[in-house]
Amino acid sequence: MAKLTLSQVGKTYAAGSQAAVSGVDIDIADGEFIVLVGPSGCGKSTLLRMVAGLETVTEGEIRIGDRLVNHVDPADRDIAMVFQNYALYPHMTVRGNMAYGLKNRGESRQAINDRVEQAARMLELTPYLDRKPRALSGGQRQRVAMGRAIVREPAAFLFDEPLSNLDAKLRVTMRGEIRKLQRRLGTTSLYVTHDQLEAMTLADRLVVLNGGKVEQIGAPLEVYNNPASTFVAAFIGSPAMNLLDAQVEGGTLMVEGHRLAQVARDAGPVTVGLRPEDLVLSTSGLPLRIDYVEELGAQRIIHGFIGDQPAAVADGSPDAPLSDIVHVTAARADIHLFDTTTGKRMDLPAETQIAEATA
Amino acid sequence: MADITHTAPTEDRQARRINWGAVSDHAVLIAGALFMMAPLVMLIQMSTIPDAEIMQTGPSLEIGNQFWPNVKKALLGAMSFSGEDTGLSMFRSSMILGLGFAVGKIVISMLAAYAIVYFRLRFATFAFWLIFTTLLLPLEVRIVPSYEVTQKLGLLNTYGGLIIPLIASATATFFFRQFFLSVPDELVEAARIDGAGPVKFFIDILVPLSQTMIAAIFIIMFVFGWNQYLWPTMITTDESKYTLVQGIKQITQSLEGTHIPEFGRSNLLAVLAVLPPVAVVIFFQRWFVKGLTESDK
Ligand SMILES: Nc1ncnc2c1ncn2[C@@H]1O[C@H](COP(=O)(O)OP(=O)(O)OP(=O)(O)O)[C@@H](O)[C@H]1O
Ligand SMILES: [Mg+2]
Repeated sequence: MAKLTLSQVGKTYAAGSQAAVSGVDIDIADGEFIVLVGPSGCGKSTLLRMVAGLETVTEGEIRIGDRLVNHVDPADRDIAMVFQNYALYPHMTVRGNMAYGLKNRGESRQAINDRVEQAARMLELTPYLDRKPRALSGGQRQRVAMGRAIVREPAAFLFDEPLSNLDAKLRVTMRGEIRKLQRRLGTTSLYVTHDQLEAMTLADRLVVLNGGKVEQIGAPLEVYNNPASTFVAAFIGSPAMNLLDAQVEGGTLMVEGHRLAQVARDAGPVTVGLRPEDLVLSTSGLPLRIDYVEELGAQRIIHGFIGDQPAAVADGSPDAPLSDIVHVTAARADIHLFDTTTGKRMDLPAETQIAEATA
Repeated sequence: MADITHTAPTEDRQARRINWGAVSDHAVLIAGALFMMAPLVMLIQMSTIPDAEIMQTGPSLEIGNQFWPNVKKALLGAMSFSGEDTGLSMFRSSMILGLGFAVGKIVISMLAAYAIVYFRLRFATFAFWLIFTTLLLPLEVRIVPSYEVTQKLGLLNTYGGLIIPLIASATATFFFRQFFLSVPDELVEAARIDGAGPVKFFIDILVPLSQTMIAAIFIIMFVFGWNQYLWPTMITTDESKYTLVQGIKQITQSLEGTHIPEFGRSNLLAVLAVLPPVAVVIFFQRWFVKGLTESDK
């Protein structure tokens, strides 16, 4: 068990090509569960594999504990990895799969046996210890892969989308199990996923990556409530946050010519972010021309247009009748403002709250 | 209760209904098998009657009493003055050749494919295609230089000389390369994290995974080695190292002589020459089919 430090880590695959990862700084505390999340191709796997030692580090430093591991062999980094396709050895039994790493380390047979039995008990794999992976279900294979990581008692677990080959229901169950297991073992973990829901539910802290760069690091709720950029805003949360072009005119935030709120800002264009679940139907506010409605049971998602900008509203009273045009408003605290050109969050100065109160 | 008494008879009738498709399939297969077996059975039949009688009657349905004497002659009798080319010694030579071929080719080509696929060699692809193009140069084309090299190495009349010059196999290297390429990269990575170096990975992971492939190549190469005729004829003049295939040819030579040909003995030698390849195929066929068609990774 150890902390994990990445400083200015970067990776360029072929000389001259664009960096797959660049300038990544993350300090991971001992026992922390960190989730790397981002769209496909943003460099999550590359970063994880650099920590594992499966890719060379072309820039920066990676430390496990206090040890610089840039040039340390994967086997000597004291990490364990769970792969997306599990990468179990097909010709070995479950027991053999879990024991293989320990055997190579030269542990005594007794110690290996004890640890394998213990891990199997923890993962409810005891009845399957003498089966080959071929004879196991996807979920069981996934647990064997976990078991193989656990028995090594590593300083850190590395997960690369370990649940994405499972069906939706099993994924939710396994997600819970991974979280419980990690809490129980208290092992520092780095987990890669492109599923923002998985990221939100598992993480102590999220690292949102975009194009090989860190976009935001923070606790899930912090990232959800204060997205640092339009990219994070659109990526975290489902349905995705509405991002609308708006204008500040004389201290008033206008969307498509309709007043949304008072803000103490210089006049000019801004991007306003509104979460569908923060929008409320009312008699006045922004007019939303309804396109179609998704019924989800507990709520419905109303998709439509404000002016000609698409927007969605999560409506918690699915039984009320709807007209063709509804009006939506949002509380001032739920309105996120972003710079139109850079996409960066514009933090709301305190006076806006006052302006809101006096408005 | 009513339900049960009603359904039981219908099920029975269904079970008893004859599946004509399966019957005809089997009929065709059995007929084919018998047809293929016929020459073998005839050979054995002829070896039970005296040679002189065969000269007159040819194959017949008669079962004589010459079988065991012929077996003894075939296995222990020599064909030449040296007395070293008995059936048994030829069998042993053929076996050494077949096994040496198969095992040697598998070892060499697996190592070659391992190097090509898993190590960052310069010109690895080029090396592979170079190996591959040797398929265009079968033994018959390069027999003179091959002989010369073998002779200069002083390997004439040795098992080494029979096996080593032919031990590189582009076919097997190709098959193993294709197989290794299909092994998921994650397996290598998992093994690396588990502390398996190149040698451990090869022995602990790759070789067991290649089982079916190895079995398939083993059959092909064993039969290939067993059936070699030209190369052993060139390399061995020492009669104690004659192979069965060479021996059979000697008997056909004696058919042209003036005395009564030894049909019984030659027939049994032919049977002996057929048995090991058949045994190998029967023993390995399950893996053979698997290795060439499916992959279980
Ligand atoms: N071996 C490689 N050689 C060259 N470029 C690579 C290699 N592996 C990945 N890349 C590039 O690096 C970038 C990041 O890839 P990476 O696999 O880390 O993405 P990812 O975030 O894991 O995506 P996904 O969610 O699809 O798995 C991509 O643009 C990819 O094309
Ligand atoms: Mg990936």
